[in-house]
Amino acid sequence: MHELSVTESVLEIACKHAEQARAKKVTDIYLVIGKLSSIVDDSVQFYWDFISKGTICEEATLHFKRIPAEMVCLDCNHNYTLEDELTPCPQCGSARIRVVAGDEFNLESIEVQR
Amino acid sequence: MSENRIKIVEKILDANDRLANSNRQRFNEVGVYSINLMASPGAGKTSFILKTIEGLMADGVQIGVIEGDTAPVTIDSDKINAAGMPAIQINTGGECHLDAVMLENAIDQMDLSPLDLVIVENVGNLICPAAFALGTHSNVLVASIPEGDDKPYKYPNIYRGLDVLIINKTDLLPYIDFNMDYFRQGVEMLNPGLTTFAVSCKTGEGMDPWLEWLKGRISK
Repeated sequence: MHELSVTESVLEIACKHAEQARAKKVTDIYLVIGKLSSIVDDSVQFYWDFISKGTICEEATLHFKRIPAEMVCLDCNHNYTLEDELTPCPQCGSARIRVVAGDEFNLESIEVQR
Repeated sequence: MSENRIKIVEKILDANDRLANSNRQRFNEVGVYSINLMASPGAGKTSFILKTIEGLMADGVQIGVIEGDTAPVTIDSDKINAAGMPAIQINTGGECHLDAVMLENAIDQMDLSPLDLVIVENVGNLICPAAFALGTHSNVLVASIPEGDDKPYKYPNIYRGLDVLIINKTDLLPYIDFNMDYFRQGVEMLNPGLTTFAVSCKTGEGMDPWLEWLKGRISK
């Protein structure tokens, strides 16, 4: 849904850092995206091919690293991985749970040619 | 890591977040409390705003409303103006959410100085608005009974970022299969202890506790 805005931000950040490093070209972009952030890889890729044209990032390959959703129970401290559906603590049944990981939404690094 | 690998580790929406902080600063400078009001289409955002304006009228609270819509219409801002309060309409040009830049532009057009409260009515959508901070003091969601009791499970992100949840259209509870316990358990898993008000904008039932909560936030 909002992948266009997101892809524009990725391009902006990558271009800024590549220019600071006086790179000639960006070849790879490494993204870290938690399972809980509602971003569709294919959709980002689709927009990327359009908006990166004519920039230092043109034809750079996007790499998506997905982080699973990790929860912790606030009552019994049990850690568990969320599969698809939101579920209470499998150990004690408590609904008082908190996200430990899965929210990531970062541009981790870029690979450039100088 | 090769020398051509540049480590960045930057939040992808960092630019939006920074602008959101500057919006917050602008509200703080003039002592205006601000709300980002989100909901699916048809949950009753505009009715809820009108009911809130009506409820705070007697206390002389001045409210500005910023209306986000994906199409160039003034249906909502006309209603706000008719209720005697200023409204700015933002047309997102098809975008599915408001972001901090759009709010900044709207604030530029609004005279904040006479106001006590600004309500930003986000685009009707339970997915995208959750990802874009605006810089308001609180995120409020209007959920409504006819949408069904499974919405926290299907749209977890929006519930996780909330400060207040409004459950609207409670007058329809007798007519709709809505399991309140199931709904509330979903909310509890995403946002333990979330401040929640069950209301009916149609009958006015349940509005008073919300209005009291809000009055406690408005400093002037």
